[in-house]
Amino acid sequence: MDLDPVLLARLQFAFTITFHIIFPSFTIGLSAYIATLGVMWLRSGEERYEKLMRFWTKIFAVSFAMGVVSGLVLSYQFGTNWSRFSLAVGNVIGPAIGYEVLTAFFLEATFLGVLLFGWGRVPHWLSVLAAAVIAFGTAMSAFWILSANSWMHTPAGYEMRDGIAYPIDWLAIIFNPSFPYRLAHMVTAAYLTTAFVVLAVGARYLLAQRHEQHGRTMVAMAVGMIAVLAPLQLFIGDQHGLNTLKHQPVKIAAMEGHWDGKVPGDFELFAWPDEKTETNRFAISIPRGSSLILTHDPNGLFPGLKDFPAKDRPPVVPVFFAFRIMVGIGFLMIGVGWVGVWLFWRGRLFSARWYLWPASQAWWIGFTAVICGWIVTETGRQPWIATGILRTADAISPVSASSVAVTLVLFVLVYGIVFAMGIYYINRLIAKGPQGSLVEAPQGPSLGSPLLSASDAAREATAS
Amino acid sequence: MEWYLPVIWAALIGTAVALYVVLDGFDLGVGILFPFAKEDHERDQIVASIAPFWDGNETWLILGGGGLWVAFPRAYAVIMPAFYLPMIVMLLALVFRGVAFEFRTVANTSKKYWNAAFAGGSIVAALAQGLILGGLVQGVKVENGAFAGGAFDFATPFAALCALGVTAGYALLGATWLVMKTEGAVANRARAHAKPLLGVVLVFMGIVSLWTPLSIPRIAERWFSTPNIFFLWPVPVMTALVAYLAWRWLEAGRDIPPFLAAIALFMLGYLGLAISVFPYLVPPSLTVWQTAAAPASQVFMLIGTVGLLPIILGYIVFVYWLFRGKVREGEGYH
Ligand code: HDD
Ligand code: HEM
Ligand code: HEM
Repeated sequence: MDLDPVLLARLQFAFTITFHIIFPSFTIGLSAYIATLGVMWLRSGEERYEKLMRFWTKIFAVSFAMGVVSGLVLSYQFGTNWSRFSLAVGNVIGPAIGYEVLTAFFLEATFLGVLLFGWGRVPHWLSVLAAAVIAFGTAMSAFWILSANSWMHTPAGYEMRDGIAYPIDWLAIIFNPSFPYRLAHMVTAAYLTTAFVVLAVGARYLLAQRHEQHGRTMVAMAVGMIAVLAPLQLFIGDQHGLNTLKHQPVKIAAMEGHWDGKVPGDFELFAWPDEKTETNRFAISIPRGSSLILTHDPNGLFPGLKDFPAKDRPPVVPVFFAFRIMVGIGFLMIGVGWVGVWLFWRGRLFSARWYLWPASQAWWIGFTAVICGWIVTETGRQPWIATGILRTADAISPVSASSVAVTLVLFVLVYGIVFAMGIYYINRLIAKGPQGSLVEAPQGPSLGSPLLSASDAAREATAS
Repeated sequence: MEWYLPVIWAALIGTAVALYVVLDGFDLGVGILFPFAKEDHERDQIVASIAPFWDGNETWLILGGGGLWVAFPRAYAVIMPAFYLPMIVMLLALVFRGVAFEFRTVANTSKKYWNAAFAGGSIVAALAQGLILGGLVQGVKVENGAFAGGAFDFATPFAALCALGVTAGYALLGATWLVMKTEGAVANRARAHAKPLLGVVLVFMGIVSLWTPLSIPRIAERWFSTPNIFFLWPVPVMTALVAYLAWRWLEAGRDIPPFLAAIALFMLGYLGLAISVFPYLVPPSLTVWQTAAAPASQVFMLIGTVGLLPIILGYIVFVYWLFRGKVREGEGYH
């Protein structure tokens, strides 16, 4: 069997970037949460905020490390796997990556040291400031990388000469048409993802009747966040979709499973899009639903897949299903948020087991929605790597298929180990809980061995 | 076209790579020497001496790679595929090593595996970087502006030599860092390691300095043709002098000067390579001018770099200052 180098390169990139995005989705939100806890601690002086801040900082450290190393891999993969892409668009999106390093990565990486290792060495306000700086850095990082990514979807401000893009207008490049929507949608997604993890941890403590004060603080903060952000995300997502209809209509057609542009679109609750017969099988649909959402008119028309030659269409099935999973989770999140607020108002939020138990299991839904969202976005852009500029098949490096295959296997093995152990350790930190994590950093002059063994013993005791 | 823009960018990227080599060099070097630690509390002390810094240090590698893409996309698009396998092996080694910092502090029974991952990742990353360096100096096969060689073109005896040389050099940086930043058994052992490592590094530097001009006429001409030799002779002389001083300072039991000497030694070797290779970014065919990005892109990025780099260097210095002083025996921060 011949290995297809394009397919392998795509598989490898999809695997490594999907692995990477798991961590930013969490660290963007968590750094902001840690900074918030820090500010509340400084203002109120309450110990529970300090404990929570330090507890989440430990978890943050573990996830951040995985985010950093997997991101490092990606920044080199543009060259190793997509050298022709790097060459064709480097003039235009290279600087976005450059600015990301200068305005975000150095900030995050340097102040992480202060946050993690500064306790007992630096004043409290500096630790809190470091957390805030990291939160700012992660947001800046999202800003630049999403600008670069959005340009690949909706290029602007450039001209092509000999197959290479040259910049004309930097503002148009950075603030390209889909960027504001994508940035708002992704950052909100990260905050929602984090809120669900915090909610799950808090609910877990309340159910187990451990660390109850901390559990209540976490559940209340998370529910408040979700109740506000989940509906907002629905609104942003809707606007995002309308914008995509303008710039990438074929992607919308795939998301909706809409084949025939000459008739209004139904909203398919479920269906199996069949690319051979160009129809949907087993469809359960809301008649004219899509037309209503996308054109605000039940009889409105929007392009269908058949309006585009087959070679310009993305794979329909993954886009179609990933979109449904994302939106389904979005509505579920709105439900969780509003029911939580109602329970809080009735004074039952911290005792309603029927609510807390599912919440304690739902830590992963944000991650799933994020990954599905990216599958919609990226697979929906196919067969282009940069819309209208370069096809994915023309973008790969002159590297043998077997090299890519071997390294793909290595990536799967290494990331598999790292991910499994990372989740295991994070879970153990959570099981330990806020108090147990307070193994004080030794301070002051040389420590004798008695103290040392005492702290080791404490670590052993709390780790079980 | 503005001929000086690519030269400025070559200098900037050269500086970023130099900073990377020194900064991540010492923490990779600490990892290379890690297996020699005897007790668990020594290992914690060693890791604590670099833990607040490693992430920032590695960021220079991202700047080096990202910067190469921004400023010289044609070079980036050749070098990355040309060194596909060592590049990815290096990245994977850095993955293991990077997560090991955090994982080993939260692990109990599996701590020994993450200790091994930390050391192994450091060693493999150093070897891979040396391979890439050696392969690049020897030259890359390019046709029509794209890499045209095979997957194992980099695997030459010269590249293997460079791999060992770079690894020894990082170990020397790591040893002198530990001399400076730790005390007790760890510092004593590091001092004992630093001396033979200094000798080994000098031998590698000597072989590379002879091998490159002998095998590549262009490099021989660069160094030995007549006006050049008058300007260039101080480079080897300075190298010898610095090596001598490093030895004296180690003998005298000094703490900080040996680390500075090791840095100087590295910088001189680096300068030597730069002299040999410039103006090629991808020897022997692509120069900085042939590979440069559009001037508009180079200028746009230059503005940001000139404005932001001083700020970045400022807060990096601040953090090193914050964590100044020695890490004592049995001290682990996390
Ligand atoms: C929406 C946000 C987002 C997206 C789409 C990406 N990243 Fe990322 N990246 C981050 C948000 C982020 C972050 C929040 O800044 C990280 C994640 C976790 C972390 O520890 O920092 C990070 C870390 C990170 C690092 C290490 C930075 C450091 O040393 O601190 C690199 C080199 C990259 N990323 C590169 C990439 C590339 C090349 C991407 C796309 C192909 C990419 N990231 C997608
Ligand atoms: C971080 C969240 C992201 C995720 C989860 C993600 C996911 C994916 C997936 C699943 C593919 C494969 C699509 C296919 O081949 O069908 C892909 C392709 C790709 N993406 Fe993304 N992507 C993300 C962000 C980005 C960003 C920020 C960039 C660049 C700035 C980017 C650049 C690319 C490139 C170069 C490819 C390979 C070519 C291709 O298949 O189109 N992606 N991504
Ligand atoms: C509630 C209803 C939602 C709607 C209507 C919606 C809509 C959309 C649309 C239309 C896209 C594709 C845009 C394009 O590529 O052109 C998208 C992408 C995406 N969605 Fe959603 N979304 C919703 C909920 C969510 C939720 C709850 C999350 C995560 C917590 C999420 C995360 C993402 C991500 C990460 C992307 C890819 C990046 C981007 O293009 O912004 N979405 N969404």
